[in-house]
Amino acid sequence: MSGLTIENISMRFDLPNGGSVQALKDVTLELKPGELMSVLGPSGCGKTTLLNIVAGFLAPTEGRIAMNGHTVQGPDAERGMVFQQGALFEWMNVRENVAFGPRMKGEREAQYGANVDHLLDVVGLGDFKDKAIYELSGGMQQRVALARCLANDPDVILMDEPLGALDALTREKMQSLVLKLWKETGKTIILITHSVEEALLLGERLLVMAPRPGRIHKEYRLPFADLGVDQDLREVKKHPDYNKTREEILAMIWDMEEEIMGRTEESA
Amino acid sequence: MTILAIYVAIFIGGFFAVKYITASARPNDYTSLKTVTFGDESAVRPNRAASIISIVTIFLLWASFTGSNLIPSFLHAPAPFTGTGVFTYTVDVGGKTDEGTVTVNVHEADGDATVPEVAPGDGFAKNDSVSIVKYRSKLLRVDANDEVGRDDGAQIVAVNGKPIAPGGEVMTDFARVAMTPKGTLNIEPKTGWQMQPLYLPPPEKVASRLVEISSTGFRNSTLWEHLGYSLFRVIVGFLIGAAVGIPLGYAMGLSNWFRGWFDPVVEFMRPVPPLALIPLVIIWAGIGEVGKIVLLFLAALWIMAIAARSGVSGVNITKVHAAYSLGASKWQIMRHVIIPNSLPEIFTGARVAMGVCWGTVVAAELVAAEKGAGMMIMVASKFQNTDIVLMGIILIGVIGFSIDVLMRWAERLLVPWKGRS
Repeated sequence: MSGLTIENISMRFDLPNGGSVQALKDVTLELKPGELMSVLGPSGCGKTTLLNIVAGFLAPTEGRIAMNGHTVQGPDAERGMVFQQGALFEWMNVRENVAFGPRMKGEREAQYGANVDHLLDVVGLGDFKDKAIYELSGGMQQRVALARCLANDPDVILMDEPLGALDALTREKMQSLVLKLWKETGKTIILITHSVEEALLLGERLLVMAPRPGRIHKEYRLPFADLGVDQDLREVKKHPDYNKTREEILAMIWDMEEEIMGRTEESA
Repeated sequence: MTILAIYVAIFIGGFFAVKYITASARPNDYTSLKTVTFGDESAVRPNRAASIISIVTIFLLWASFTGSNLIPSFLHAPAPFTGTGVFTYTVDVGGKTDEGTVTVNVHEADGDATVPEVAPGDGFAKNDSVSIVKYRSKLLRVDANDEVGRDDGAQIVAVNGKPIAPGGEVMTDFARVAMTPKGTLNIEPKTGWQMQPLYLPPPEKVASRLVEISSTGFRNSTLWEHLGYSLFRVIVGFLIGAAVGIPLGYAMGLSNWFRGWFDPVVEFMRPVPPLALIPLVIIWAGIGEVGKIVLLFLAALWIMAIAARSGVSGVNITKVHAAYSLGASKWQIMRHVIIPNSLPEIFTGARVAMGVCWGTVVAAELVAAEKGAGMMIMVASKFQNTDIVLMGIILIGVIGFSIDVLMRWAERLLVPWKGRS
């Protein structure tokens, strides 16, 4: 079976003070190849934990992750990851960063060179190949991170708030770029974000998670990602359903946040 | 006190002078347009004019207070009196007085030490003469050659016409003349404000020593051998220390067992100053090369181990995660992520270690060595060759500074991303 299957994942770990935390409870999901799912939720709902489990950086206490039929045991090149920031290698220039994955596989310049250059052109960094990482702006750095992930040709791309540290304008441009890359490459993408707008615009499927314990609260299927591939994102935002869904999700998360606040006040 | 006052005066005077001169030629770059400079560290740049004036001032003060012939004599601090000085003394014998003169030849240590010949003169007080080395004083029993001596009731009552009594003193134009309780005159020619060469030789003497020692050597070794030996010990000790310390630090950063095993050792040894190990190292390994290198190895080892360890712990976990999900193996993570990521820390450690090693080698050579910069100044100080001591200190400083400049240059070249991520 192809695609990514998340089966009854639970995550519970002990704290140094003797207590324990239930970070995730019974999360089950299935992603078909080429789906783009955005994950939204108040802080502490375990979305980053879920992503780390899918990436293979954490082992779940219960359940299993299956990728193309085999169980995930640890990080692997088939599941690429794009981080919020700080994941680029400063001791390499832009091109060397992008070529990192193929080089680790033992490929030669002749094998990966053309693809790396092509990807750099796609993300608009064709003229910055030889620049050092610290010479680039935040948006450019994230484009390098995207290109680096794509150069490795993973089946699934996991994005942990990749645009979270960018300013609003750069962020909008990058959202278009993500959609364009998604359509062109046909990758399966899981995108974690704090921004409801971003989740709506980019997510073909949108997962709202609830905290304590982290679990799936509601799932949406949205048309906006497909619209955004050809249209300006600002046009997409004018879609009648967009604002309705946005208000609905915001209210949902707002309730969750209030519930958390209330619970902390009770315990305090 | 005077020197400090002059120094402060030049500091303040230079500030206003430079401010006045450069007031018209104000640069128009971004930083100089900042109005908030007090509290904005980035707006504070060293004033190069101040640096130059500072160095010139130090040399000027040095030259001035040592009577250096590198600067015109009007800049000299008052020099000690040399040459011939004369004063008179008055003897009283039962109400009868007579005057005699004392002619004093104050000469350089290696100068003409002949006692001036003087005519005895008339009266019962006969003229005297004496020869004194610069900076020294001499007791002179002026009545010894008089017709009536101290035992016959003669008493000196005045010097240069000013009354004097036992225990008192009179300042003449060239000397302080004091009288001991028994009535002997103590002649102290004026010493001026200059330092004696024993305490501080003039710059040109230090320079000529440098030329002399670099051509003829010191203690059977040339200057370059002395300095070369010190440098050789530092480099070998540092390299061995780094070769052991860096892998040790990596192991401590990557393995629980290594961290637990070596943590107590490293944390205990780190605060022990290497100088405190000198006696032990001498007992174990003697005063030869092995002992020195062992000492410097120990000095560099802990610093490098800690630098490498914090270089590994300092790696951003997202970099490691990113590399793993790009398909890198453990060995590739080590080679392409952990080692390059730790280089800035290692360079910082290496700079500190080289500084500590250079200080330690000089100290170790001060204690015991056959060759080396520290040994050179130690032996020179025993023979009161202050000029060699000064020359050695300056050379040690220059070499230490050059090492640091070289390390910084290498750092910029090899880890250009340092502090910029």
